[in-house]
Amino acid sequence: MEGTVAGARRSLEELFALDQLLSSEELEIAAVVRRWVEEAVKPSVAEWFESGELPARELALELGKLGVMGMHLDGYGCAGLGAVAYGLACLELEAGDSGIRSLVSVQGSLAMKAIHAFGSEEQRQQWLPPMAAGEAIGCFGLTEPDFGSNPAGLRTVARRSGGDWILNGSKMWITNGHIADVAVVWARTEDGIKGFVVPAGTKGFVASPIHHKLSLRASATSELVFEDLRLPADATLPGGIGMRAPLTCLGEARFGIAFGALGAARDCLRTAIDYSTTRIQFDRPIGGFQLTQKKLAEMALEWGKGMLLAIHLGRTKERGQVLAEQVSAAKMNSTQTSLEIARECRAILGANGISLEYPVARHMVNLESVYTYEGTYEMHTLVLGRALTGLAAFT
Amino acid sequence: MKIAAFVKQIPDQAAPQALDPDSFRLVRSGKMIIDDSDSYGVEVSLQLAEKLGAEVVVVSMAPGQETSGVRTALAMGAASAIVVSDDQLAGADALLTARVLAQAVSRTGADLVVAATESTDGYTGTVPAQVAALLGWPALTFAKELEVDGSTVRIKRQTEDGFDEVEAELPAVVSVTAGSVVPRYPSFKGIMGAKSKPVELLSLADLGVAAEVGERVLGVRDAEARAAGEVFEDDGTAEERIVAFLDEIKVL
Repeated sequence: MEGTVAGARRSLEELFALDQLLSSEELEIAAVVRRWVEEAVKPSVAEWFESGELPARELALELGKLGVMGMHLDGYGCAGLGAVAYGLACLELEAGDSGIRSLVSVQGSLAMKAIHAFGSEEQRQQWLPPMAAGEAIGCFGLTEPDFGSNPAGLRTVARRSGGDWILNGSKMWITNGHIADVAVVWARTEDGIKGFVVPAGTKGFVASPIHHKLSLRASATSELVFEDLRLPADATLPGGIGMRAPLTCLGEARFGIAFGALGAARDCLRTAIDYSTTRIQFDRPIGGFQLTQKKLAEMALEWGKGMLLAIHLGRTKERGQVLAEQVSAAKMNSTQTSLEIARECRAILGANGISLEYPVARHMVNLESVYTYEGTYEMHTLVLGRALTGLAAFT
Repeated sequence: MKIAAFVKQIPDQAAPQALDPDSFRLVRSGKMIIDDSDSYGVEVSLQLAEKLGAEVVVVSMAPGQETSGVRTALAMGAASAIVVSDDQLAGADALLTARVLAQAVSRTGADLVVAATESTDGYTGTVPAQVAALLGWPALTFAKELEVDGSTVRIKRQTEDGFDEVEAELPAVVSVTAGSVVPRYPSFKGIMGAKSKPVELLSLADLGVAAEVGERVLGVRDAEARAAGEVFEDDGTAEERIVAFLDEIKVL
């Protein structure tokens, strides 16, 4: 009875028979990204995190070569894969570091998705192939210093000047901002909110790194400032009018996070399981103590349930039936679950848990950002509340 | 020209591993992947094939018509695969494995076999030479570099003092060491394209090989735990004792 050897250890994936829900191609894609993360990210990521510097250009090129950038989009050099495959890639990247997954999410789900869905054919031809190849990096400017959960109040303004546009304002907490070749920027116009494609280096466009972060340190986070930035008439995204457009992109990114955060949690959990079987206290591995086993078992359960929800969400999305509220539910669940798992795993590792020698504290502080960005936990709570009651607690 | 690249599909080393207590065999119920050492052989084959305009066919023997590791090699760029799978092969020893693989190679019409020096789960390290002997082809083993010039195959084998340069006429069997090249990542396009590449599934009867196993595993024991080193407080004699110890193990 090969499958039932007494005391056989099971992987997290086996406990929930997750592989049975995935096609062989999806498993293969996950395996390739996992291998890349093992080889290209894990050996160096603690150093990147500590120094606050990421070799984003090199990484973007490698990710482009694999086919990760905009992998869920069709055409223009994109791989055209399904939602679950994209989710699994996000999960494997975030098992390395949330910063690496953020680089890919912002590139594919925000910047490329905006151009793909709302751009002109010329904009798509110009930007999508180099972005898919990782040769060009994109960022997405929606959040402002004073407008986070309430983006509709944004103050960045674009006014007409002859045939051109003049952009003024600022954006905050923009991932990839100061390393980007192109920014998709959302601004108020007399015809409502519009998206603009802004090449880096345009006069009047300044992108500066945000320092002193205690989270997502292996990620470029920036402030963008536009001062009388002049753009030609064709810089607008023709389809990107009104708040629906940027919110569509955010929905895509949220979907990736629903998988991604569980990657960070998996890495924490695997680390804690390994640690608990090798760390000896009172003459036995701490994994043999009931308190530790209870922690591990409960975390595994939450993780597995999160995975089942994420995969189910992915299949729903692949059928083209996904609701925004469903994405909110999974984003809420995955980030909350993962943050709690990271904290508990930190405790299992004891003092070693706070060291960068182990990935756990790094994931833990990264997940603080993931919990908040692409719709805070609180906003998604209100989205679900509104869906359940029909009463909006915010406007 | 056709290159046959051997691929062993083994349990994912990242997952917990176990030996079956009755048969002493590795439990192979979980996910199977390409043996990491074979990914070097596949990469060497693909690089050579790209240079020569040749084609790479993957040859594998696996339980349960397993193809997931073979698909990885196809996603990397191999053109097709032969997988030999038969319940009678459970517990096959190295020689039976070599007979199966040699017979499969004959079917491919390959002029060159590229294999890893040994598998990561079995470690017998004998299969490439056995296949060569069965085919009556020269075996060029432990290659760090491999080139083909017309009908001549040439390898460099790393030794303690430098390199052995070895050459033979095709057809031949070459075993390559890990670290000789950097195996490429299968691209997502390669992964999707691998779906439609031909994989021929064969039984022992198809090959005309009899399931004779000459080897029996009598028992399995855990390796002895490594003894802790000697720890002593330096009372001024540490230097002498270290020198005496190094002298004793003959490294001075």
